[in-house]
Amino acid sequence: MSIIVNEDTRIIVQGITGHQGSFNAIQMQKFGSKVVAGTSPGKGGTEVNGIKVYDTVEQAMKEGPNATFISVAAPYVLDAAKEALYSGLELIYILTEKVPYQDTMKIVSLANKLGKKVIGPNGPGVTSPFSCKLGIMPNQIFRKGNVGVISRSGTLTYEIVNQITTNGLGESTVIGLGGDPVTGMNYIDVLEEFKNDDQTEAVAIVGEIGGTAEEEAAEYIKNRFNKPVVSYITGRSAPPGKRMGHAGAIISRGKGTAESKVKALEEVGVKVASYPYEIPSLLKEALR
Amino acid sequence: MNLYEYQAKDLFRKYGIPTPLGKHVNSEEELVWENFPVVVKAQVLTGGRGKAGGIKFAENKEELREKGREILAMTIKGLKVRSLLLEERLEISKEYYVSVTLDRSRKGPVIIASTSGGVEIEDVPDSKIVKYWIDPTLGYSQFIGREISFSLHLPPEETKQFTDILAKIYSLYEGYDCELVEINPLVVLKDGRIVAGDAKVIIDSDSLFRHKDIGENPAERTELEELAYSRGYSLVELGGDIGVIANGAGLTMATLDGLTLKGLKPKNFLDLGGSDDVEKVVGAFQILKEAKLRGLLINIFGGVTRCDTVANGIVEARKRVGITVPIVVRLSGVNEDIGRATLKENGIEAYSDMMDAIAETDRLVNGQ
Repeated sequence: MSIIVNEDTRIIVQGITGHQGSFNAIQMQKFGSKVVAGTSPGKGGTEVNGIKVYDTVEQAMKEGPNATFISVAAPYVLDAAKEALYSGLELIYILTEKVPYQDTMKIVSLANKLGKKVIGPNGPGVTSPFSCKLGIMPNQIFRKGNVGVISRSGTLTYEIVNQITTNGLGESTVIGLGGDPVTGMNYIDVLEEFKNDDQTEAVAIVGEIGGTAEEEAAEYIKNRFNKPVVSYITGRSAPPGKRMGHAGAIISRGKGTAESKVKALEEVGVKVASYPYEIPSLLKEALR
Repeated sequence: MNLYEYQAKDLFRKYGIPTPLGKHVNSEEELVWENFPVVVKAQVLTGGRGKAGGIKFAENKEELREKGREILAMTIKGLKVRSLLLEERLEISKEYYVSVTLDRSRKGPVIIASTSGGVEIEDVPDSKIVKYWIDPTLGYSQFIGREISFSLHLPPEETKQFTDILAKIYSLYEGYDCELVEINPLVVLKDGRIVAGDAKVIIDSDSLFRHKDIGENPAERTELEELAYSRGYSLVELGGDIGVIANGAGLTMATLDGLTLKGLKPKNFLDLGGSDDVEKVVGAFQILKEAKLRGLLINIFGGVTRCDTVANGIVEARKRVGITVPIVVRLSGVNEDIGRATLKENGIEAYSDMMDAIAETDRLVNGQ
């Protein structure tokens, strides 16, 4: 089994008539995901590639969804997420970037209290080859396998998944947590699920500068995780105080350096690659 | 986005947080003040201005003019002093510390307070710091102020003022989507009043759409960064001489790391982002044309940004932009074959592996 998403995941796309919404709804369908409806206020009754469009999430609930792909503009993300929570959806993925972090903070706090999962914002989503993709990862880079991947970035995740695939390995579930200072699921939440997943035999953590999530993951791995973990951390050459593209990728007041993360992971026995291309060989070694 | 002290104090006044009597001054002509002594404070977006000589006292009009002029001519940690804040000199009895900021690990705000203010909070021992984590759903409430006052063992005559200030700081933190509201020192005056000695406010740049009254502070960007920003690009200047264009923040950082491990010095971080537009690629070349480079590395893993689009952009840029330094291209992912064929027709050999492209950049630049 994979984690978080599988063949039972039924997706709606909030903001399906937008450029990103419609493109990715179709890409998810092509991957094999069940995209059961979309919403776009005022466009109810229309269709996108055979997917029914409703005005509200409440109306779309008749299609039996349990997950949502939110692709609305940043000022409307809080509202869209609340709409999904009110309708009882279990899994909320937010693609949108530049969401004010205080909005994200509220979404994540509410979802935690309601026992729902949030992925993102500002990340590529989650893919379990080939049962379900909820997100925007390129369809052709995957092969079903036993490696779980957790990352804070998008393109770098594709780079590494592609390396894993072309080197004869495969993935159980790949998740991009998002590049913001506050995101829904973090490394530990996902490791918790990988721990109980029979399909996953090793995990690759793709981290970056900013915050202390990798250090906390290391602590968790030390005490409560028994599968092999390898890692790559980016941002070694980033100057302090500068946001490196992602809102969350910043070394501030001496905290969040790549060195600190590499050290924390290595101390608990995680092999850390110097270059992305080293990940597959580290995995092969770990799986031996 | 960092605010200047005078801007932060304007917000404090808006929220009813007590501040010293003050005046923002942009030029020598405006160096006028009534009740001496007065404090003259450089307005720069960096810490440590006191040590650098950016804060001075003046006892009379002549001294004010002299010291004001002096500070206006200063550059502190590379930042030109463009304006001053004149403030009444405070009769300080005690200095406290208080701030509200995001705790990324807890995914919520944290209030940090200490009776050891006036120094960097990182230098204050944990035993002298009180922290209170706010639940983003429940929000702030008055009892939290009482809780913190008791934990700090504040004297009863200070408690009401302190809790009142704390509630207002939190309102500001929330009302303006702040990343940080910090008062250091929070001054207890000899007459018992509590006022904000300094003020540091950082606003979440992603929230500016709902805070139209706050303008941008372009002073935080270098010229090249400003140029890129004005054209909608995410660029960070690093100071080396190898230009970089990549897609996605993570991959762009990995490219910089790869170059650095090879001993090369990247000039910049430039992320094409989730675009798929030939003009966006050409525009990136146009920006980097303004930088002094020895080489340019383009590293693309095609997804939303397709390799063929980038290839067309590179060909187009070569026609229109005229970059003379060696260009190395790496294309992998969606439509890489089409992209590579397009480049080949135009005499450019694209790599499929990032490491090969970095090695080739090294070879072209260092002749090795």
